Order: sequence, then structure tokens, then C-alpha cells
Amino acid sequence: MRGYRQARWDEPLISELSRKGRTGFIPPTDPKIEAWKEGRNLLPAKLRRGELHLPEIAELQVLRHFNRLSQMNFSVETGTYPLGSCTMKYNPKVSEMIAASPGMRDVHPLQPEETMQGLLGIFYDLSKMLTEITGMDSFSLSPAAGAQGEFAGALMMRKYLRDNGGADRDEILVPDSAHGTNPASAAMGGFRVVSVASDERGLVSASAVRKLLSEKTAGMMLTVPNTLGLFESEVGEVSRAVHEAGGLMYYDGANMNALLGKARPGDMGFDIVHLNLHKTFATPHGGGGPGAGPVGVTAMLKDYLPVPVVTKSAEGYHLNYDIPRSIGRLKGSFANSAILLRAYCYIMLMGATGLDNVSSLSVLAANYLLSKLDPEAYPLRQGKSLRRKHEAVVSVNGTMSGGAMKVAKALLDYGTHSPTVYFPLTVEEALMIEPTETETIEALDEYADLLNALYAKLERGELEDVPKNTSVGRIDEVRASHPLSLKVKW
Amino acid sequence: MVVQGPHPFLPNLDDEIVNQMLRQVGASSIAELFSDIPPEFTLRRKLAIAEGQPEATVRREVTRLLSRNMAPPDALCFLGGGVWPHYIPAAVESIVSRQEFYTSYTPYQPEISQGILQALFEYQSLMCDFLGMQACNSSMYDWASSAAEAVRMAARVKKRDVFLVAESVGPQRLEVIRTYVEPMGLGLRTVKFDRRTGGLDQRSLEENLTAEVAGLYFENPNYFGVIEEGAEETVEKVHRAGGLAVVGLDPTSLSVLREPGSYGADVVVGEGQPLGIPMNFGGPHLGIFAVRDMNLARSMPGRMIGMTTTKDGAERAYCMVLQTREQHIRREHASSNICTNQALLALAAASYLSLLGKNGFAKLGEVILGNSHYAAERVGEVPGVESPLFEGPFFKEFAVRYGSSKAEDVYMRLSRRGILGGYPLTKHFPGIGEAGAYCVTEVHSSEDISRLVDTLKEVL
Repeated sequence: MRGYRQARWDEPLISELSRKGRTGFIPPTDPKIEAWKEGRNLLPAKLRRGELHLPEIAELQVLRHFNRLSQMNFSVETGTYPLGSCTMKYNPKVSEMIAASPGMRDVHPLQPEETMQGLLGIFYDLSKMLTEITGMDSFSLSPAAGAQGEFAGALMMRKYLRDNGGADRDEILVPDSAHGTNPASAAMGGFRVVSVASDERGLVSASAVRKLLSEKTAGMMLTVPNTLGLFESEVGEVSRAVHEAGGLMYYDGANMNALLGKARPGDMGFDIVHLNLHKTFATPHGGGGPGAGPVGVTAMLKDYLPVPVVTKSAEGYHLNYDIPRSIGRLKGSFANSAILLRAYCYIMLMGATGLDNVSSLSVLAANYLLSKLDPEAYPLRQGKSLRRKHEAVVSVNGTMSGGAMKVAKALLDYGTHSPTVYFPLTVEEALMIEPTETETIEALDEYADLLNALYAKLERGELEDVPKNTSVGRIDEVRASHPLSLKVKW
Repeated sequence: MVVQGPHPFLPNLDDEIVNQMLRQVGASSIAELFSDIPPEFTLRRKLAIAEGQPEATVRREVTRLLSRNMAPPDALCFLGGGVWPHYIPAAVESIVSRQEFYTSYTPYQPEISQGILQALFEYQSLMCDFLGMQACNSSMYDWASSAAEAVRMAARVKKRDVFLVAESVGPQRLEVIRTYVEPMGLGLRTVKFDRRTGGLDQRSLEENLTAEVAGLYFENPNYFGVIEEGAEETVEKVHRAGGLAVVGLDPTSLSVLREPGSYGADVVVGEGQPLGIPMNFGGPHLGIFAVRDMNLARSMPGRMIGMTTTKDGAERAYCMVLQTREQHIRREHASSNICTNQALLALAAASYLSLLGKNGFAKLGEVILGNSHYAAERVGEVPGVESPLFEGPFFKEFAVRYGSSKAEDVYMRLSRRGILGGYPLTKHFPGIGEAGAYCVTEVHSSEDISRLVDTLKEVL
């Protein structure tokens, strides 16, 4: 097992580094304008703020502070990071370099279209690529993240149904294994959430769905493969049943990394799709964000897409805001454009065969890692005979609760990140492992060996006091959940 | 699958490795791993996407496409309206390009993620001080979604059916608010602006402040750059009517202007982009979201980071807090659906504010104030141009009215001469005539402003 010591700096808060009389940056001034200002009062005194309460620190000391913090942060480029449902794959460096071009960084969203043809052309092509990958008819690139794409989907369902005599349809079916964003987005979109229980295989069965369908049904949100990493084999029948009942099908694309070039949600009967570009299309996760969550629809719904949609005419590329039935605008300006650009670069780098290889190898990696785990220690609870797709959810065996948390914390001590824990909620002591295609077979072996060894330690009661090798030991989250303040006084 | 390695991102793309892995898995082929996909859904052709290109080719091709966009230094940008041209200190770029930060994700395992947690806690603390608020979340998507979520939150907290929005807010943000509140059945009413000063029309506010009003959203400075001289009075009226006051802002304005906490704001939202974040054709940017007190904090959307200790109580430590508001725990009862946020941009803002600090930031404000007023005066020298259009005090942005030209034409003619500015206001505010908006910051020199003035003379 690999030795590991995370950097540990007793690093004060940035405000605690302040000392009067210092600065880390001097803004530029224009002598001519400075002279013009002499004797003028440009702001009435009653509008002026009192003293600014900001730290005073020199440039090197600010850099040291944040560099030290960065050393106390685990990342994809540090080590194995198999956080389930998050697709922590390698994000090509070249995309970062390209995104730093002035033609990306320094362009304003209110510039005339004719000054933006390069980027708009890229976005038009990206829309087409995503359309092809998902089997949809058109895409809006606007949503800033998957959850905003889901919200857009819920709004499109709502508006479409109202336009077509379905104003009373206010229920959305969501499997019990779904990401929390699904029910939250449906609720924000004005719907009641009806939970669908997964069966003993961990799948949504058409018969379970049929029992919940009624004239109140607006639609269903489904993740394929689901959060257990299983392909929803009854998806065709489920789609048909929902459509027959007058509802629409929404595809949560969080797990699309399993299906590139293999199968397309459009062919499965989905009407609306969102993709998490930061997951499947390899853009860095930024410590929590940014992402991008473009939303695609079939021809029937294309007049409902959020504005703008990138279009092409004889004159060039356009941002079309004139979509009569659109649910409206989701972002103040266009989209998380620089994330879209990185996804476009990734698709160009991989190409059709490369994307197919991505899904082949991500699925192979998940099944391989699973096959290396001791099934007594980490049993599968559902669908034991089924192949996994891009991720697998195992249970940490044992009579004592809290085993998954102990194993997760212990993993940190060996310079690896833990899987997602205690999710999905349908699996007790869950570890949700998504290794991705960018981990080597050697790293997968190491991770599996580590997990197996840690289970033995768990049984011996040796994981009570972990982690020890991280910047700090086990954190008191109970105390943190009753904060008196979310800021520091200084 | 056609194995055709080696590939730089796919270390297992090699016949021998793939076969070894398949043997371990007990599968005869890759196809077998996908055999649970029903045949009718199995894609039996290759995706109609070009084959992959080497890094060098992609870099050359995409950079070439991007170079077709008009951007500084070849163009001068005087556009604002929610995204503004500012200088980004090199040290900020260095900090946000630390891979340890940007290739990590949501700090679900706090012990190994103290770096981003502390940085986000610092962002929240700096913001709170700066805005005069008690709690700030660690980011929303952008200003518009922050404003929309703030309106939703206020309506939820107050359990009332109508919300007021100042007519002088950014029209794009108003559109996003409409999108977000539609399913709640919340009625939106607009409050007029004073045609002379450009500030909020107090009479219109009074007329609209009825018992069913949950609150008011106004921006300060507003979309015209006009500073609300009556902000305190406005907030007082809203409070007296039992509503919440939601203030939207450009944080650079707080380098010189009173912070919203000082005039009683309950919720502050804004766009963090000017704090060290590139314009990026609209994103990724940083939605600021802060509230007055801990009570409101419990209804807030988004992630919050708190300071705590290790279990043994020996050390300071940070972790996500108040998660019971969030979707991964509360599902359909969550305060919002937001999950992935804009954490890296919050880091940029924290480092930007730390670098500029008290001295640099105050200086920045004075420079922007000077440059924008100088520009407004110079533009006013152009025959037929009324600049600034409104009499109210302004910061960074100002509206101008053209005598005989159409605002749209001026905007297009300027851009053909390498100047991006004068974004037309006429479409959204037809009552003010043929008017355009200009934004002037610390990046603009007196020469740049002269070029704008000369070009305006040419095109008008």
C-alpha cells in the first residue's frame, strides 16, 4: 500500500495575514484623467461607503497562501478519484490552453454576432455533435449545469403540456435511485414528485411505472445507466407506457460516459435530454464547478427550448432569441461558453472512434475493478448477475453501521479519493465507484487491493481513527451543522 | 470496439491490456459488456462525427477559429450590462490555474479537501464583510440566476404572491427571473424609474407596495449605471410593507459606494465576474448570493462552507454546512436544485479581493469613477449626443441619447470600426428614445476614450 502524507500547513485565514500599509496589486491610472479629476466631486458624500474592510497583503504572500491551500487539496491530477456519478476523468490540458485565447476570454456576450462568427460557428458545430451523440433533434447550450438543464426540461414539459391540453398533468415520476437534483428540479418546475421504487434488480420496471401512471402524469425523469451503473433494460417499454399515458420522457445525461457511440437516448424514446459536459466531455470540475448542462429535444419540442439557440443561415451564425414557445432565458448571458469550448475541443480530440473507446474502456474499468473486489467484503445488493456500465455500487458488508464512511476515510490515507458514499439511498452502506477510462489497469489493481485490505482492517476495528495522513484528521461535522456564523470577525 | 492505441488519454487502449481485463471480468469481448442494451437500442453504426485529431491540430484549428472573433487588443470594448471588461491580475490567473483546485470537485471528503474549503470560506467571509451581510453561499451560476433564486426564496419565506422588480434592472436578468418564477405562480410587477434621474420612481414604488407583495428586487447601480440615491428610503418602504429588499449589484461599485447592509438590504445578489474572471462570452461567471442573517441563511439556495474543528477539537477545519437545505439530502423539498456551482470562480474572486485588498480596491473604484465620468463628459462633446442621459449620479456605466441616429446603427457602425460599445437600450426601454449604454473601467485610457469620441463623430 502506497505511503502518503498530504501537505499540512497551519495556514491562517487570508484576513489574518493582513497588515496595514500593504497591497498585492495597483490598478492602472491615466495621468490625463487624474489631472481632469482635480477639484471635481464625482460622488456625493452620502453615497460613499465607510472604510473598506479588506485585507492588506503583498502579492507573494497572497500567492503563498493560496498555493499552500492548493497543496491541501486532492484532485484528478493528484491521484485516483473514483467519485461515483461525477466522472472524474482526465481533462486535456490543451483545452485549457485553447480556452485562454483572447478570442474566448476577452469576448463580450453583447458583441454583435458578426464579430463572433468564430465562436458561434464552434457552438453551432457543438450543438450538431451533441444532437448526433444523443439522437435528439436540436440543442440549446444555455444551461449552466446539469441541474439547470433539468429545470429547463421540467419547464419545457410544463409548457408543452399546457399547450396541448395537459394543464392538469402535475406529476413527474422519479426513480428512488435518482440523483437528488431530479426531484428538486421537478419541484422547482411546479411538479409533484412521484417516487418509483426500483425492483430487486435495481431497475425501474415497466410494471411499476404503469401502476403510477394516470391522467395526472406529466412525465418521467430517468437516468440511463442508472446510479447503480445498470442499464435500464426496460427503458423502451417504460417510454412507451409513459407516452401512452400522455407524458414525456426526460433523460438525465449524468451517466452518458457509458453510452457514447453505443446507444442514444433519442432512440430509446426520450423527448428531452441534458448532458453534463463537465463529466462526459472532460471539462475540469473546478472544486465544485463550473459545468455546463446543454439540453436537447426532439423535433416536437424544439420550439420550447430555452433561448438562445445557435442557428446558421447564408449570412453566418446567429444567436436566435426568437423562439415563440420558448420557456425563456436561463442565464444572464448566453452560456458557460468557455466550458462549451473545452467540450468541443474534447470531441475534436477524440472523434467518433475515440468516443466509442471512451465508453468501452470506462465500462471495462468499472467491471474490472468490481471483479477485483472481495465479494464477501463488498457485496452487490442489486442485480448481482448484471454487468455494470461506467460505475458500480457495492455495500460495505457488516452488521455495524458506518462501515462505508470508515472505509471512505481510510482510503484518503493512501493518496486516493473515496468513492461517493451513502448514495444511492436505496443501498445500505453504499460505495459508488466510477473509475473512468483514464485510470490505468495498475491504478485499478492498486485501488481494489487497497479496498480489500481496508475491509480486513475494518473488521479488526482498525479504522476508528482515520484519516491520519490528510491535512487534518476527522472533522466534527455535527458541530459544523449548527453554525453560529458563516464568516469570521477580524 | 476497434482497439487502436496507444492514446494519451486512454492508458488501457491496448489489445493486451484489454484482453487481460476482459479475462478478469469473465467477458469474451467488449461487446459482451454492452449486451444488456436491448438490440433495438444498440447503435449499429459509427457516430457521424469526424475522427479524432492530434492535440497539435486541434490547437491550431480551434485557435484559428477563435482568432476570427473580434477581441482586444484589436478592438476596444465599452460594453457592460452585467459583464464588464476589467484587468485580471496575473497572480489571480496563476492561482486559479493550480490543477489541485481546478481538477478537484465538490469537497465531499473534507479531510482531503481543506484547500478549496478554506478558500471558499474565505470567499464567503470577504463577501460578507464587503456587502455588510451575515451569510454568503459559495456561488450560484451567475447574477441572473442568483436574482431569480432570491426572488423565489423571498416569496417562499414571506408566503406572498406578488414580487416587485424595478424596471431599471438588466432586462436579461428580468427575463431569467420570469423564467424561474413562472411555475410558482408568482406575479411580477415592475416599478418605474424616474425619467430624469434614472433612479427608482418612489411614487411608483408606493403605488405598487400592496399587502400581497413579498418584496422588491432593484439594482444599485442600476442597468443605466445610475446609483440609487434613495436606496435607504426604498428599503424602508419595502420593510414597512412587510416585504424583503433584494439588491442586485456589480461588486466593483462597492469600492466606493455604500454597502447594501448599511441601508438595510435583506438579500444581496450580484455578478462576481469583474473580480478577476474573464468575460468569456457570458460564462463561466460567478453568481453572488448573500443574506442579512442566519434565519434567512437557512432558506438559502446553494452550498455553504463553515468553520469547525477536527473531532478532537485540536485544529481548525472547514466543511460544507447546512446541507439539509440541499437537493442531495432534501430532494423535492430542497431550497433549490443547484448542485454543480461556480466554485473555481469564487476562488478567483477571493484571490482578486485579497490581492487588491483595502488599498488597491479603493483605488480601483476611484479610477473607474474618474474614467467613466471623464468619458461621459467627452462623449457629451460629440454633436447631437446627450451624455450622460440621466441626471442621477453614476458609476462605471452611463446611458447616452443620440439626436438623429438609431441606437442600433451606432452600435453596428462602431463595431465595424473596432469599437464594441453603445449597446442599444431602445429595444428594452422604448420610452427613452434612441439611446445606448457605455461602460468605462480601469482598462480604458484617455487615448481609448478619445478614439471612442472620434469614432462616434464619424458614425453619427
